[in-house]
Formats: sequence, C-alpha cells, structure tokens
Amino acid sequence: MIQLIVLLPLLAAAIAGLGNKALGKLPAKIVTTGALFAACAMSWAIFIPFLTGHAQAYVTPLFTWIESGSFDAQWALRVDTMTAVMLVVITSVSSLVHLYSWGYMDEEPDQPRFFAYLSLFTFAMLMLVTANNLLQMFFGWEGVGLASYLLIGFWFRKPSANAAAIKAFVVNRVGDLGFMMGIFGTYLVFNTISIPEILAAAPSMAGSTIGFLGHRFDTMTVLCLLLFVGAMGKSAQLGLHTWLPDAMEGPTPVSALIHAATMVTAGVFMVCRLSPMFETSETALHVVTYVGAATCLFAATVGTVQTDIKRVIAYSTCSQLGYMFFAAGVGAYGAAMFHLFTHAFFKALLFLGAGSVIHAMHHEQDMRYYGGLRKSIPITFWTMTLGTLAITGVGLPLVGVGFAGFYSKDGILEAAFASGGAGVGAYYVGIFAALLTSFYSWRLVFLTFFGKPRWTRSEHIQHALHDAHGHDAHGHDDHHAHDSGDGTGGYHPHESPWVMLLPLVVLSLGAVFAGFIFHDQFIGPEGGIAFWKGALAFDSHLMHAAHEVPTWVKFGPFTVMLTGLIIAWLAYIRNTDWPQRFVATFGALYQFLLNKWYFDELYHVLFVKPAFAIGRFFWKFGDVGFIDRFGPNGLAALVVQGNKITRRLQSGYLYTYALVMLIGLAAVATWAMTR
Amino acid sequence: MDGFPILSLMMAVPMAGAIACLFAGANSARWIALIATLVDLALGIALWANFDQGGLQWQFQEYAPIFGKFAWALGIDGIALMLIALTVFLMPICIGASWNAIQKRVGEYMAAFLLMEVLMIGVFAAQDLYLFYIMFEAGLIPMYLIIGIWGGADRIYASYKFFLYTLFGSVLMLIAMMWMVHEAGTTEIPALMAYNFESGAQTWLFLAFFASFAVKMPMWPVHTWLPDAHVQAPTAGSVILAGVLLKMGGYGFIRFSLPMFPEASAQLAPLVWGLSMVAVVYTSLVALVQSDMKKLIAYSSVAHMAIVTVGLFAFNQAGIEGAMMVMLGHGLVAGALFLCVGVIYDRLHTREIARYGGLSINMPRYAVLFLFFTMASVGLPGTSNFVGEFLSLMGIYQASSWVALVCTTGIILGAAYMLYLYRRICYGDQVNADAAAMPDLSGREIWLLAPIAAVVLWMGVYPESFLAPMRADIHALEARLAPAAPAGDSKIKMGAPKPAGEAHHEEVAAHGEAH
Repeated sequence: MIQLIVLLPLLAAAIAGLGNKALGKLPAKIVTTGALFAACAMSWAIFIPFLTGHAQAYVTPLFTWIESGSFDAQWALRVDTMTAVMLVVITSVSSLVHLYSWGYMDEEPDQPRFFAYLSLFTFAMLMLVTANNLLQMFFGWEGVGLASYLLIGFWFRKPSANAAAIKAFVVNRVGDLGFMMGIFGTYLVFNTISIPEILAAAPSMAGSTIGFLGHRFDTMTVLCLLLFVGAMGKSAQLGLHTWLPDAMEGPTPVSALIHAATMVTAGVFMVCRLSPMFETSETALHVVTYVGAATCLFAATVGTVQTDIKRVIAYSTCSQLGYMFFAAGVGAYGAAMFHLFTHAFFKALLFLGAGSVIHAMHHEQDMRYYGGLRKSIPITFWTMTLGTLAITGVGLPLVGVGFAGFYSKDGILEAAFASGGAGVGAYYVGIFAALLTSFYSWRLVFLTFFGKPRWTRSEHIQHALHDAHGHDAHGHDDHHAHDSGDGTGGYHPHESPWVMLLPLVVLSLGAVFAGFIFHDQFIGPEGGIAFWKGALAFDSHLMHAAHEVPTWVKFGPFTVMLTGLIIAWLAYIRNTDWPQRFVATFGALYQFLLNKWYFDELYHVLFVKPAFAIGRFFWKFGDVGFIDRFGPNGLAALVVQGNKITRRLQSGYLYTYALVMLIGLAAVATWAMTR
Repeated sequence: MDGFPILSLMMAVPMAGAIACLFAGANSARWIALIATLVDLALGIALWANFDQGGLQWQFQEYAPIFGKFAWALGIDGIALMLIALTVFLMPICIGASWNAIQKRVGEYMAAFLLMEVLMIGVFAAQDLYLFYIMFEAGLIPMYLIIGIWGGADRIYASYKFFLYTLFGSVLMLIAMMWMVHEAGTTEIPALMAYNFESGAQTWLFLAFFASFAVKMPMWPVHTWLPDAHVQAPTAGSVILAGVLLKMGGYGFIRFSLPMFPEASAQLAPLVWGLSMVAVVYTSLVALVQSDMKKLIAYSSVAHMAIVTVGLFAFNQAGIEGAMMVMLGHGLVAGALFLCVGVIYDRLHTREIARYGGLSINMPRYAVLFLFFTMASVGLPGTSNFVGEFLSLMGIYQASSWVALVCTTGIILGAAYMLYLYRRICYGDQVNADAAAMPDLSGREIWLLAPIAAVVLWMGVYPESFLAPMRADIHALEARLAPAAPAGDSKIKMGAPKPAGEAHHEEVAAHGEAH
C-alpha cells in the first residue's frame, strides 16, 4: 500500500506532465487529483492503526540505489508513526490543494503543467518522509526543492517570479551544502547512512571528538549542526529565510501546500527523525533552540507591518516554524511534531482562504485595498476566522478546551518553560511572539473583512471594472468614474466556487478539532509513549513537567493572545488612525521592519554583487589578462618576434603537430629496436 | 566470445567507414557514418553483455607484435568498458547532430568523426604504453581538423591554443614513458601498473604525466583552451570534446598516475586538491558572468572536472567510483547541454544568451529537455551527476574536510549559474521577435536528446548497472593505493569510555583511521 501512496502521485505527474496539451486540461486534472485522493485515503488507512496503537513500524525495501565499498544506500519506504503523521498531512493537504486549484487556476491555459508539478512535489515529499536512510531523505529534499522552484516560477513570464524561483533554489542549496557535509561526516563516523543504525549507534559516540576544518570538535555536535544547516535552509530559519517571503510569487495553492503545510516543515521533520542523534549533543540542541526562538521572534515582528496578505502569512509560517524548532531544541519533539501537524491544517486554511480573497478581489493582494469583505464572501470569512482562532491559540487554559493551535502552541511553550535553562528564555520569546502572532493575524482579518471597502484605489480592481464594462463605459477615462462613494467602485466580489470552498471547510474542521482529538497521542505523557513507539526521542518526564508548570505560565499564552486581539481591534477597527500615528512616531523602527531587517539588502551587498564582480575579475584578469597573456599568447608573441613562423603555425599547425609526434615515435622505435 | 577480436573490430568498422566517407558524396557520407556508428554501438552493447563482471581483470585481450617491444595489444577492464560504452553511445548522436548543420565537405567531416571514434576506442583499449600514446595524441588531430575547418570565426586562434597546451604536456609524457620502459623493461600497461618505481623517480614521472593529463582534463590554470575550443567547435565537436575527450585526462590519472606512481600521487595529492578547489570556485564564478552559452557550459565543465580530480585523489573506493560516475554523467549531460545550445544555434546562429528569452512559450518540448539537463548538471538527486558528485565529495571528505567543504560549494554556485542561464533563455517574456518565431524541436532533435535523458535518469536511479562492472577494478586500485594513502583529517578520538558498546568504539575508530 505504501508503494502505491508514494508512486501514484509520480505516475499522475508523469501522465499529466508528458501528456500536457495532448492530454487536455480536464483529464490531467482528473488523473492528478484522483491519484492524490486515493493516496490520501490509503494514508489515513495507515495512520489510524498507529493512532489506536495497533500498528508496528516496518520498512519496505525497493531496490539498490548506490553501493560503493561499505557505503550502501537502498531505495526503501519506511513506515512508522512519524511517517504516518506526515503521510496524512501531506496527502490530505495536497489532495485538497489539488481540488482547490480546479477553481483557482481555472483561467490558466497551462493547467496540465501546474497539476503535474503539484503531483511531482507530492511524490518527492513522500519520498522524503518515507526515507530509511539519509541519502533518500536528501533525494526527497532536493526533489521538493525542484518542485518548489518550478512552482514559484510557474508564471515564468514574470521577472519577479523567476528571480524568486532562483533565489529559493540557491538559498536552499546553501542549506544543502550543510546537509551533504552532514551526510559525509555521518558516514565517516558511523560507516553507515541508515537512519535506524545511526540512531542506535549515536549514544556511543557522545563525548568523542573529531577533526573538522583543522580543529577538533565534539563529534556529535559537528554532525548535528551540519545537518541542522540543511534543516535551516529548507525550513527558512533566520539567516536562510530570505527565500520564503519571495516564494509567494507562486500561485497561492502552491504557497498553501509547499510553503506552509509541507515542504517548509521538512527541516522540523528531519530534526525530529534524527532526535536521538541530537539528544547526544547539548550544544547542538541549544543552537536549535536559539535559532528557532530567534526566527520565531524575527518573523513575527516583520509580519506585523507587511501589507501583502500572502507575505503576512508567509512570515507567520516562518515564525511558527521557529516555534517548532525551539520545541525540538528543548527536547519536546512530540510537541514539535504536533505543532507541525496542526499548523499544516490551519496554515493551509489561511493560505487557501487568502487565495479565495485574492480570487474574489481580482488578484489584488494588498490588504490596504481590501476592507469590508465579510458580507461579500461569507464562507471565506468564517473559515479564515476559524483559522485565525486556531493560529492564535484560542482556548480555555484550565479547562483545556480550544482550537488546534491552543493545544500545540501552548504545549510547546509549557514544555519550553519546564525544560529550564535555555528553554525558559525561549518561553519568554515565544510568549512575546505569540502576542505579535495574535496581533498580525487579527490585523489581517480586520483589514480584509471589516471596516469600509477601500477597493477603488486598487489597480487590479480598476482593471476588472474596465474589463467588465469595457464597452458600455467607453469614454470614461477617469479611473474613479465608477466610485460610488462607498469605496467599492461598483465592484462586486463573488464568493469562490465550491471546489475552492470545500477544501476551506474541510481544513477548518482540522483547525478546530485536530488539537482536541490528537493531543493525548502527540504530547500526552503516557499517550505519547504508546503513540510514537520510539519513532522520535519522546521525553515523557518533560511532558509531565510541562503539565505541572505554574498556572501563570499556562495563562501566559492566553493573556497575550487576548492582548494582541485587543490591540488589533483598537488599531484597525476602533481608532483607524493609530497605524499612521505609529509610523509617524516610530519611523525608523517601521522602516526596519517593513524592509525585513534589511536581510535582502545585506545579502545582496555581501554575496550577490561580489560573486558577479569576482567572477568578472577572474575572467578578465585571471584567464584573459594573466593565464592567456603569459601562456599561449605570450608564446605566440615570442614566436612572432623570432621570425615569421606564426603564419606557418596557423596554417600548418596540424602538420607541425603531427611531425613532432612522428619524430617522437621514430625516436622511440629506434631506441626500442636498437637496444 | 573467446578469442574473437571484438575490440579490433570496433576500431575497424569506423575506420572502414571513414575511408568510405572520404570517397562518398555528402548524403551517402552521412548515411555511412550513421550506420558505422550504429554498428559500433551494437558491438559496444555486445561487448558489455559479454563482459564478465567479477571475472578476470583484463578481458577481450588481443596481442600482435609489431616491432621490437611495440605491439598491437588491446584489452579492457570495467573502467575502460564504461568509457568505451560512453564513446559508442555518443557517436551516433554526434553524427545525427551534424546531419543538417554541416553542409561543406561533408565526407571529410564524417571521416574525421569516425577516425576520432577509432582513436578514442583505441585510447581506452590500448594495453601497450606506446600504442596508448599514439592513440592519445593522434585522437586530437581529427579534433583540430573539426575545429579548424568546420569551426566558428575565431577557429584558428582556438585550435592554435589547443595545440600549444597539448604539445607541451605530450612531450613531457613521452619522455617519461621512454624512461619507464627502459626502467621496467616492458611496455605492457598491466605489468607497469604493478611495477614499483622507486619513490624519487615516481615524483618526476608523476609530474611529467600530470603535465599532459592536467591539460586534457582540463585543470586550472591550464584550462583556458577549453572555452575557446568549445566556442569555436561545431555542435557535434563540442559534444565529443566534452563527452569523451575530456575524459581521457581522467582516464590517464586512473590508469597511469595512480596505480603506477602511488607514492608520488599521495605526496602530490595536496597540489591536486588545491588546484581543484581553486577550479571549483574560480570557474564557477567565471561561468556566472558569461554571456556566451557555450562558454558558460565550457567553464562549468572545468568545475565538474575538478570534482573528478578530487574524487580520484581521495584514494578510496567511494571517491574513485564517484570520479568515474562524474566522468560518465558529465559526458552525457554536458554533451546534451551542448546539443541544446546547438538546437537554438542552428535556428538563430548566435550564442549570445541575451538574444534569446521566453523559449518556454514557443519551444515547450525544448524547454522541458533543457530543464532536465540543467537539473542534471546541477546535480539533482535522481540524475547521473548526483551519484558521481556525491560519491566523489564523500570520498574526499574522508581525506580532508576542508577540500570537501570548498568543493561542495560547487553545488551552490552550479545552481546559480545554470538556473541563471536557463532563466535568461527559456523564461521571461519573448523580447526578441526572431527568437520567438523559432519552431520547437524536430523529430530528429528529439531523437538526439531523449536517449541521453533516459540514460541520465537510469544512471541516477539505478547506478548499480554502471558501478558494478567497475567495482572490482576500483577495489584493486584502492588496494594498490592503500599503503600510500594519506590519513584523513577527521581522526576520531573517543571520549570517556562507556561500558556499553565498547567493541563498537574500536571498530568505528579503526574505520576512521582506515580512511
């Protein structure tokens, strides 16, 4: 069954991709979407026995991949609790996104290609999570990178989309450098790349040292940190995050599937998968905690001032990934996976909801031109509100009932506090980020759905109006001619078709109930042991301690959630002049956040420009100016000065060469015979 | 196939074809060349099918004395088999690529190609040192002709540069060979591979061979002939230059330098590492700023070949097998990329990247195949180049983490320059009307590219087919190198011993040392 789950999407991608125009839009959509729904059904069939504790982990070998000396990498599909969780996440979100795209991409002429890419992505992601060795994980890792590149650049005529696609691929490659070095090192140390064998042998290497780049370090710290660099790239952690916001150039369903629910969580998956390895290095875990917490805070601050609806959600994703990492860093791997699981549902929901808004607003993505949409697109409004309730973690702390994020995010924060040391710091950072999360999430809802319509200033809306009234409104050169004074400009947003709304509704169910239903299995002190069955390093004591944290710690997330909501309400509904006053008062801070802490500018100056400048220097001054000048050209010049052999060289170089060779041969022959 | 001179036959068929082409008209020359190369491909498949994996090291041996110690001695091991397979696979594709592009002196052109096939098979099959030398050097003569007669505007300068570089190396190599034969008293390559030259002499011999192989490879800083040669060569010339001729340097290292001078190889390995590290970073950055498609791919070839040299000088199985896989994979992928350039060059007659753009719109099939080969060149897992690069770099990591780190940056830079190239050619809007009017791939062009794509994928998903024939030979080479191999820089020291798993510690430590 697992073979079918993994290979069906590949087959569908091949049919849709190679068939393309010859196959036609509808068959391509049916094949890919059908394959995904089938895979989804089978994934749940695998997951449910794990949930009830009746299933055992197993590995289905396929065939040999690379063998070289003692190096042995097989193609194999591993199924254990972690895989089962990921299977459900990937195939559920992917099938819903496939369905959603029927509506969202309806006007797109190039649909078979789009659906082929989506299915190809799903295949690669499934290969990643079913990997039984590091190399197959890397295969999936790069495969999703390829699909991400293709889908970000799907609208390949747009220069910005192309730039974003290359950026995503190249920045991810920086992470991959770490991942590859990590695999090399792991093989050197353990003489295997099989994940179970590495995890079994890891504790015995704790405390050993290794030479690396001319210095000596703790072996496991080096290995874990190298691998973690890979995780940072894929999961857009601080420093290697710059590609994720730009990746929003891709169609919105892609953002929901790849850049929110699945691919970007691959790094978290990797750390959890290798958790027994990370457990052997305290330093590595501290680094994971710090990087996670820093990203969590950084992305949340930037998210508060963005005006593009997709970018807000992108930074929100980045920030939530930070939560997952510091959960892993403090040893709460179950909580990290739980947040990954719930986040997949509510973040996919928010993205698809944003897509529905964008669809209704004729491709306008700037929230400054939204407003008052709740009556026009009520289902989108209600589902997105549920998603927002989930991400902000609404729930009752002592009763223990709430939306999905309430269980998973609070679980992370409590575990961080309970773990002590660096975890306590992470708790405070996480609490502050939760305040910002609540603020920017509600800001998004209020700007989009509440207040008065501000649609007229949007170019996209103007285009829509001109297209619709192209003929009867002829002669009205003034763009504001349609402004009827209510800010709508006479534009009537329509609710999306059912193929787009159904996924929203299904995902809302996940956003509402996923936490309540699954929390005992994922993070319960006893339930967790039975559920994970050693698939990750589940720390039952930590989970116990997390339940026993002081009441104020439990109330922390709740309090900041309410605070954020109130601030957002005050600033965007009650006193709508507050944002301007904030900008006027704290101009520098605002610019700093708006420009995303100037990371892009910094990298451009540090890496991009020098790479081109140095390349040009090497070419013009190295190759042409030095090597050629003193090498072949210099020789030629000497020859010219000597006499006019050059001409003979140029016309008769061949004969000269042949002659030299023949003389040599004659010498050899003579010498060999007369010896 | 005992005693059947299949290797001689594989050389005789294209030789006969070459002579026939000289006397045939344009169209019949094309057909003669195609049939001769296809027959050779069939013979190559038969050769592979009859190769006994795990059997004798040298198979299909032939011996016919000519004079003195000089003999027509042929024979192959798994390494040579793979390179011969690459040659006979690419040859019909080269003929197909020249079908319409070459219109002047077709007979001579086809004859030159067929002669080159003879000589390349000869290089990989020769078991006599002088026979190898003749093939190795003579193999370049048809290449000079191809560049010099059918090349671009600047062809004279390019072929002259090519000539100067290679002349210098060959003279030194020839002198070294003569000394070796004198010292060892044999011209047989298998015997020389087992002969132990004294350490002091090894260094000089190594350097003499290195002068020749480094140029052919090409290694930095003797690489500057390659971009010019590629730019000026006709498409099929570039394909065979990147596909096979560049592999002769690597083959030289694996057949001569490493087994014949193991101590000198180990001693001078840091030199090779250093040059390779420079090459990866330097030529990748140079590739980034190129505005000429062929130059860009030529520079990327230098960077890829540097991965081959670090793999070879990793002195372990993974590294050397990886180096071989990079050679095979690069032969296919770079060849295919030059074909891709040729496809649009034939339509627009310019190599200027800026003259294209938005080809995904009017040439979707081309865009797909070009993307595939771009990704293969970038080393995406599932394609041939990944297997090779991964094994090479993993191999060198065992020897030096610094070299591994610097060379692995190639995966970042490689992605940057290849995707930047692809973006400028296939993505974006159609800005040039003439480029926008180009028709998609013809049936002939698909038939040239699709088989390469299939093999690249095969090599990436199930490389075992290609690794298995070479395994025993590379293992023997590793064993030969083992006494001299440099110790790695990762020496693992165990911490405070724990009661459990003590046996494992020693085993791991021993493993770490062994590499």
